Parts: sequence; C-alpha cells; structure tokens
Amino acid sequence: MFKKFTALIIAIFFITINAYAGSSGEIDLNKSEPKEIKDCFEKLNRATFSFNQGLDKAIIKPIAKGYRGLPDPIQKGTSNAVRNLSNLITIPNNVLQGDIKMAVINTGRLVVNTTVGLLGIIDVANKMGFPKYEMEDYGQTLGAWGVGPGCYLVLPVLGPSNLRDTAGSFVNVMGGDPWYNLSVHGNNEFLSQDIYMISKALSGVDFRANNIESFDNLEKNSIDFYASVKSLYTQDRENKIKNNKRGNIEVLYKDETDWEEIDKK
Amino acid sequence: MNIKKIFIILLLFNFNFTCVSSIEPDIFIQSTVNRASQILSKNISKDQKISELRSIAKDTVDILGVGYYSLGTIRKNLNEEQKLKYSNLFESYFLKSFSSRLSEYTNPKIEVEGKEVLNKNYTIVNSILVATSERPEVKIDWRVYTKDPDNPLIRDLIIEGLSLARTQKEEFASILNSNDNDIKALFRALEEFSK
Repeated sequence: MFKKFTALIIAIFFITINAYAGSSGEIDLNKSEPKEIKDCFEKLNRATFSFNQGLDKAIIKPIAKGYRGLPDPIQKGTSNAVRNLSNLITIPNNVLQGDIKMAVINTGRLVVNTTVGLLGIIDVANKMGFPKYEMEDYGQTLGAWGVGPGCYLVLPVLGPSNLRDTAGSFVNVMGGDPWYNLSVHGNNEFLSQDIYMISKALSGVDFRANNIESFDNLEKNSIDFYASVKSLYTQDRENKIKNNKRGNIEVLYKDETDWEEIDKK
Repeated sequence: MNIKKIFIILLLFNFNFTCVSSIEPDIFIQSTVNRASQILSKNISKDQKISELRSIAKDTVDILGVGYYSLGTIRKNLNEEQKLKYSNLFESYFLKSFSSRLSEYTNPKIEVEGKEVLNKNYTIVNSILVATSERPEVKIDWRVYTKDPDNPLIRDLIIEGLSLARTQKEEFASILNSNDNDIKALFRALEEFSK
C-alpha cells in the first residue's frame, strides 16, 4: 500500500511539473505540441545518455546481437509473445482514449493469441485478418487528453522519455498494467516479479535487436547523436499520439514559417 | 500557309513542349531512386558509389534550402560571409551524410505508391522500401518542392513518419543552444564531420 502511495505521489509530482514545464509561469496543459523540445535537464540528460551508451555497448548490444543469432522462429515467437502481453496495457488505453471499437478488437486479439496462439507465441489474429496492431500506453493517453510532453528526460537504462511519458509509465506500476499486477501481486505459483522483469528485458532486447543497423547508421551520421535521438523520440511520440501512420506535415513541421521565409528569398 | 496557321502551330508546339518538360513529382522520385538503386547494385567500390550518389543528390535535392531550414531563425543574424561559409560547410556535410547513409544499402528496391499534392509548391510522394529477409518494409515519403514544375527538388525525407529535415534542424539547434548560439560552434561541428 505504501509502495502504491509513493508511486502515486511521484506520478502527481511529474504531472504537476509537466503542467508547468515549458511555460513562462502559465499553466500550459493544453499545449500538447510545443514548437521546441524543452531540455530542462540537459546536462543530467547528456550524462545519463553517455551512461546508457556505455551500458549498451558493453551489455545490451552484444546480447541483442546474440539474440539475432537465434533461429528465426525463436525470435519471432519471443517478439510475438511480448507484443501480446502489451495488449494488456493497450486495451485500457484504447478505452481511456474513447476508442471502444479498437479495445474490443484488441481484446479479441489477446484472447485468440493467448489461447490458440500458445501464450502469444504465434500471431494467429494477424493470420485471421485482424487490423494491424498499434500499441498504446498511458503516456499516449495523457497526450491524447491534451497534456504536453514537458521537459525531455533520459532515464537510466530505459532511455529517452519526457515528464508526461514517465508519469504514464508510473501508472503501469500503480495498477494500470494487469500483467504487472498478476505477476507481482498475483499470489500465484506460476508468476513472480522475476517473470515480469524477464518479460520486460526480453521486450527491450527484441527492440534493440531489430534496430542494430538503424542505430549504428544514425550514430555514424549525426553531428550530435544525443540531439538526433531526442528529436526522433519526440517525433515518434507525436505521431503515436495523433495515430499518424505516416508523417503528417502539420505535426512534423509545427508551422511552415521557416520554409515560407526561405521560399521568398 | 497563312500567318494564323503558323501562329496556331507555334502555340501548339509551345503547349506540347511545356507539357513534356514539366516533370511529375512521383515520376521524378521514381527515376531518382532508380538511378540510386542502379549505383548501389553496381560492382564498384564503396567510395565510387558514394561519389556517384553525391552527384545524384546535387541534381535532385534543394541542398541550400534544406541548409537554411536546418539553421532555424539564427540564419537571420548571419552576415554574407557567414552565410557563404555555412552554405559550403552544409553542402559538404549533407553530401557526406546522405551518401554514407545510402551506401549502407545494397540493391534497395523502392516503389512509389502515390502522391498527394499539398499546394502548388509542395507534393508528398509516398513510397516503400520493399522488405527483405533481413529487414521489414519501410515507408518513405518525399517532400518535393514543385514551385518550378520543370525542376522539382527534394526538400525532406520522411521515414516511417520521422522527418530528416526536422531531425537535422533540432540537432543544429541543440549544438547552438549548448554554445550560446555561437555559429562558430556549428561551423566546427560541420567541419569535423566532413573531414
């Protein structure tokens, strides 16, 4: 109970800071798309980013490379299983965003894949013609409700985030993630906190393994790798909040003033 | 043949010529990616590939426009000498970055799927990088500047919804912010990268 209370306090703290972040003394909850990314903790962020890069080079990337060496069915099965588990967070967020139709579809997907698909290892729903799966989380829901991203944050191990999305992640451990509730507080003999942590670690390794070349290429061709990652993270979250499958010009450029000025020359 | 007929023939000829010389943005992109693809599948050294890709980029990308966009509002404070220096440094940086990114791919297959005319100045051309056994399909959108229909130019690549121009702009802004908006810091970073 005390743990939950602490998490709740931290989440309220983040949301409150978020409401103020990026504003000059005025509460700016509705400004969900500020023109510039507020990097209020840049020095700390850059230090954490360097730490994460070191960790990545020493541990995560080698593991991801090893994972890539596993037979395709094992990789695919792992990827499918961790995606299936993420439905448990996506479904409540579909409801919170008012997308009841997608909540019903994702519930169907979860049931089919968990049963017929052997705990999600096989994506039977996809073969049955279910619509493409789009993950949703509490950070996206806060964004959809109009909460701005607030200051950019780099979290140790977890990587890029912002105050809104970090607050959203706290909701998971406050009861918003049924998988966490079942495995950590479920009092059953099959699941435990270790199982939960393993599932999260596998999800991270799977993501890293799928992006080895992209990250290498980005690092090699950036003059400020930290800033590139910050920009790409922010653009990706904006697209996800707006549910854009492809880039939307209004979301991407915020306004066209810069281009218009250049055109006039 | 009287003057009237000659005039009509000249008018028709001129109209026909205008239609032929105007390039549709989707055809422009498909032809550009085909050229790049041909180079990437050639049995030549990586350096030769990079050199040929640079020449395609020079022909088809509005490098100066992208450069000024990437610089953000600070461009208004630059004097002519700084502008010239920046233009040269940016071109070297852009060509190296662009060709180096592309040269990692071997025989990429890009298919143009459609286009959306935004206004008389811009068209978005939608394409996909066809999936292989090693990577999934990638959506690539091209923002084409069509103010001069005879000479369309690429102004941005939007890969899976992520704009390269915006990323570059925010990268430059970060360098400038960390150095009290001193343009020399950006010059140094660009010089360092282009070495």
